[in-house]
Amino acid sequence: MIRTFSESEFLFIVASARWTLLLTLLSLLLGGLLGFIVALARTSQLAPLRMLAAGWIGMIQGIPVLMLLFLSYYGLSMGGVDMPPIVAASVSMAIYASAYLGEIWRGSIQSVAWQQWEASAALAMSRAQQYRYVILPQAVRIAVAPTVGFIVQLVKNTSIVSIIGVVELARAGNLVNNATFAPFKVFGTVAATYFIICWPISLLARRLEGRLNARRSG
Amino acid sequence: MNGFQFQFSPVFARSDVLLEGLWLTLQLSAIGISLGALLGILLAMLRGLAPRALRWPVDAYVELVRNTPFLVQLLIIFFGLPSIGVKLTAEQAAIGAIVLNLGAYSTEIVRAGIESVHKSQIEAGLSLAMTRWQVFRHVVIAPALARVWPSLSSQFVLMMLSTSVCSFISVQELSGTAANVESDTFRSFEVYITVTAIYLALALVMRGLLAMLGAVLFPKGSGLGRLRTQSGR
Amino acid sequence: MPVVQVEGVRKSFGAVEVLKGIDLTVERGEVIAIIGRSGSGKSTLLRCINGLEGIQAGSIEVSGHKLDASGRGLRELRKDVGIVFQSYNLFPHLRVGENIMLAPRVVLGVGKAEARQRAEEALAEVGLAERFEAWPDNLSGGQQQRVAIARSLAMKPKVMLFDEVTSALDPELTGEVLATMERLAEHGMTMLLVTHEMAFARRVATQTIFMHQGKVWEVGPSERLFGAPQTPELRQFLGTGLK
Ligand SMILES: Nc1ncnc2c1ncn2[C@@H]1O[C@H](COP(=O)(O)OP(=O)(O)OP(=O)(O)O)[C@@H](O)[C@H]1O
Ligand SMILES: [Mg+2]
Repeated sequence: MIRTFSESEFLFIVASARWTLLLTLLSLLLGGLLGFIVALARTSQLAPLRMLAAGWIGMIQGIPVLMLLFLSYYGLSMGGVDMPPIVAASVSMAIYASAYLGEIWRGSIQSVAWQQWEASAALAMSRAQQYRYVILPQAVRIAVAPTVGFIVQLVKNTSIVSIIGVVELARAGNLVNNATFAPFKVFGTVAATYFIICWPISLLARRLEGRLNARRSG
Repeated sequence: MNGFQFQFSPVFARSDVLLEGLWLTLQLSAIGISLGALLGILLAMLRGLAPRALRWPVDAYVELVRNTPFLVQLLIIFFGLPSIGVKLTAEQAAIGAIVLNLGAYSTEIVRAGIESVHKSQIEAGLSLAMTRWQVFRHVVIAPALARVWPSLSSQFVLMMLSTSVCSFISVQELSGTAANVESDTFRSFEVYITVTAIYLALALVMRGLLAMLGAVLFPKGSGLGRLRTQSGR
Repeated sequence: MPVVQVEGVRKSFGAVEVLKGIDLTVERGEVIAIIGRSGSGKSTLLRCINGLEGIQAGSIEVSGHKLDASGRGLRELRKDVGIVFQSYNLFPHLRVGENIMLAPRVVLGVGKAEARQRAEEALAEVGLAERFEAWPDNLSGGQQQRVAIARSLAMKPKVMLFDEVTSALDPELTGEVLATMERLAEHGMTMLLVTHEMAFARRVATQTIFMHQGKVWEVGPSERLFGAPQTPELRQFLGTGLK
């Protein structure tokens, strides 16, 4: 039976954005943690660690997010445990985020002047103290803008997990479209919701970047 | 653990199906990326030459595309256009979405490149009695492209990887055929490991080829470099 | 017991040997100037004494901490050796006071109150007591360099190394930094300084070392070294002026 695209369908779609947001948050936290480790390994003094991290980044950046999703989904369910799809979804998004955030943060760490390493080493700081008190506080400022920019990519990529049955924005759109056959209204609503989430984040990223550049040249 | 054993042979037995998918992935990528990049370069140039008041349609397009998922763009084209009477196949919808998507990203990247070209270089070009168009083509666009080629290349690779999303509208590219092989063989994990490896190889080869193309198109110490130093005086 | 004892130190970058067997002794309270042509290995020697560069042969001992080719004991040694570079390298995300308090707090583990007291003393010593809350970016080059000196002093080092600390400064700012160093010397600090300021070296340093081609070419009391150079190389170096 064909339903019309009315207020309840509209609200159903918009409300499903909470799963998109939850998924983004989960994968940002998990992927951020993993990405931080990747960035530290990538800037380590130990060559094997650096290579491992570089390999991880290069590999994940060469694989479609969709494949990461399927691999997580089937890989996790291989243990025989019934995982809710949101777990596989978060894991795959976190793996994806870890590579991109790891690379962004590597760049931020390496753009801190090398003399800062030297000055802190000369004050007898350990490697960990150098990171904690001197390098990371400066790297964070450089990292904020590109990190915020990446969150937009993350939000958009969560749309892919609709295929394993998480009813987030894209999936909600599909369900409603199948029932109403009003594709422009339905996917227009979906797109508008994504846009309302992503655009402010994009603007924020751009502003942060502008501020950083102004400070650097000023 | 339930003693899972990897069995790749049923997957490899269907390699002909996967190869067909791979072929379609290559086609989608080649056509979509070429057209998308072209669209991006054209729009960025148009935006650079157009009066300020006419820039907003380009900017709006870029912002709209960059702040919505590729999947949703694909669905709008695939389901939306037929509903207003435009007949199109899944493959055509896929190419349309790829061009639309990559076009916006390339516009943004090339625009940044154009804006990074120094004013003094443009003035130097004009002072050499070049026309506005000549200056734009030789002094602005070429160095701008050379400068943003690495960013463009990464975007192209990302786009190739994103063609996998076209399986959502049952385009039988690599990940689409993977789903078929999966339902035939029930070796889900093995199928996706295989296909992932193929994508990875594809991405690595593509990175290499694009780097080589960049070296050919924008050789170091070529006329581009000379133009730059000349106008830098 | 000497504060710094350098014996037979050799250092190479790749195939190029930059230090070719350096022997050097610094007694407590001594101020030693190192002069020499660009590329003679002066900076490299200071960096080796602080363990910023490893050495291939020989040994370096600073107040009982021994450093050899293995690189052990590095951090213990650095606690006793302050070094100030040509570029000040203050931590831009920390205020002046925090710049100085950081290492005593996290490296030496002193309490906040004591760290603050150390920082205030060190700042007073370099004549910047009132700039405790300033941001490094808002200071002049000369002031930044003096904060860098204070940052090292707050670790209460046994010896201070200075590597051309006035070379990046405008001429009118070098005076205040040199005055700071002279006061440190008067207060009994053991110092080893690489400098192009010959008049300063002659007046303040008890001993001067002339380095040439990776070796200690000539060494002696400053007055004698500048007044009656023994080797043709040093005569030429002093005759042609600086560099
Ligand atoms: N990290 C390095 N890698 C390779 N070579 C180096 C390195 N650091 C210094 N050198 C070389 O070692 C030699 C000595 O350098 P050093 O900086 O110690 O000279 P210097 O006496 O301090 O000269 P200047 O007066 O110019 O500061 C030079 O030839 C220099 O090129
Ligand atoms: Mg030097």
